[in-house]
Amino acid sequence: MNLNIFQITVRETGETFPCKPDETVLAAMLRSGRGPFVCGCFGGGCGICRMKICAGEYEKVKRMSRAHVSEDDEKNGVALLCCVRPRGDMVITKLS
Amino acid sequence: MGFFGTLRPGLVQMRVLDLDKTLDFYTNVLGLDEVGRTADGRVMLKGFDEFDHHSVTLRLADEAGLDYVAFKAACPDTLEELKAKTVAFGYQVTELPANGEQPGFGKRYSFKISTGHTFQIYSDVELAAKGPQIKNPDIWTTPPRGMKAQRMDHFLLYGPNVAEAERFLKEVFGMYVPEVCNAPDGSRVAAWITGSNKPHDLAFVEYPKPGKLHHLGFYLQDWRDVGDAADLIAINHLKLDIGPTRHAITRGHSIYFWEPSGNRIEVYAGGYTAYPDNPQRVWDFDQLGRGLFYFSGELIPSFLEIVT
Repeated sequence: MNLNIFQITVRETGETFPCKPDETVLAAMLRSGRGPFVCGCFGGGCGICRMKICAGEYEKVKRMSRAHVSEDDEKNGVALLCCVRPRGDMVITKLS
Repeated sequence: MGFFGTLRPGLVQMRVLDLDKTLDFYTNVLGLDEVGRTADGRVMLKGFDEFDHHSVTLRLADEAGLDYVAFKAACPDTLEELKAKTVAFGYQVTELPANGEQPGFGKRYSFKISTGHTFQIYSDVELAAKGPQIKNPDIWTTPPRGMKAQRMDHFLLYGPNVAEAERFLKEVFGMYVPEVCNAPDGSRVAAWITGSNKPHDLAFVEYPKPGKLHHLGFYLQDWRDVGDAADLIAINHLKLDIGPTRHAITRGHSIYFWEPSGNRIEVYAGGYTAYPDNPQRVWDFDQLGRGLFYFSGELIPSFLEIVT
């Protein structure tokens, strides 16, 4: 087990992809080619990578547009995956 | 008689999530010059080949996107004429005082159009302290940086009721519509609109949410500069959307990418010379891929669907 690589699991499909602690979850998803990746601006502005983090520790490394993630959303684990890095294994799920 | 009402889109105010990083992009990568800061911390910028005080302001905000766009009217009389016509068209107009929220700019009139975007018009603006030379002028004063963006060129706006916006710009601003794209039922999907010889000063795509920005476009000299911009996108780890490519619509050479706050930017060169008496070019929706991306002929979902 490599302690420096975290596993991100997509709840709907059970598929996983590795994510390094110094990369965003979206960058890892794009690199692995796994997961429901749709990516846009990678800047927290466009909102296309909005998902819910169901489990796991993470840190926000960029501001997320309030047009897509409200304060309440943020408290409830909704995030733009281009703006978060893992601090452990994570489980993510799609939002309607 | 030259231009009919508006000379060009002369000012945009952009919302950014990270002012320092986004400003670094605008100055060191895109190549605009910082003109100064407003009392409330917004940053004023201009291209090296622009004469007016500034053309872009960046405002730190909690969401990305566009605050407003402003068009320069040919003279103060034209400004008043455009204002009166705007009121007669049915839009509520607010007057913004000279040298207020936009230093260097004269009186502006502000109003919201059918697509949910705030438009402004003005006629007076101070010349920039550091504009292009005018006496036996050299091609530039200091070497252009980065992508060497010469000037702000155009923007593509997404919102509802493009047909009304198009009618407003024709009837009130005196613009014309060199190119359009229609749905199979004949309804308007997109319109490329100009008040000059540029193939577009602005464009619209029909979209249910109001007030959205698809991209802000800046003018480069030529196809080679577009290629060099692609290198700078890679070197600076910016996220590419599509290109370098050519549009059949407008005929411009182009590349699209996102700045650090997530607003899509286009750098663009060439394009045909438009004239108001030329017949309108019409695209069927099923040919739009070829119209937008002439080499591949394929639409990409990110380009159509992602806006700020």
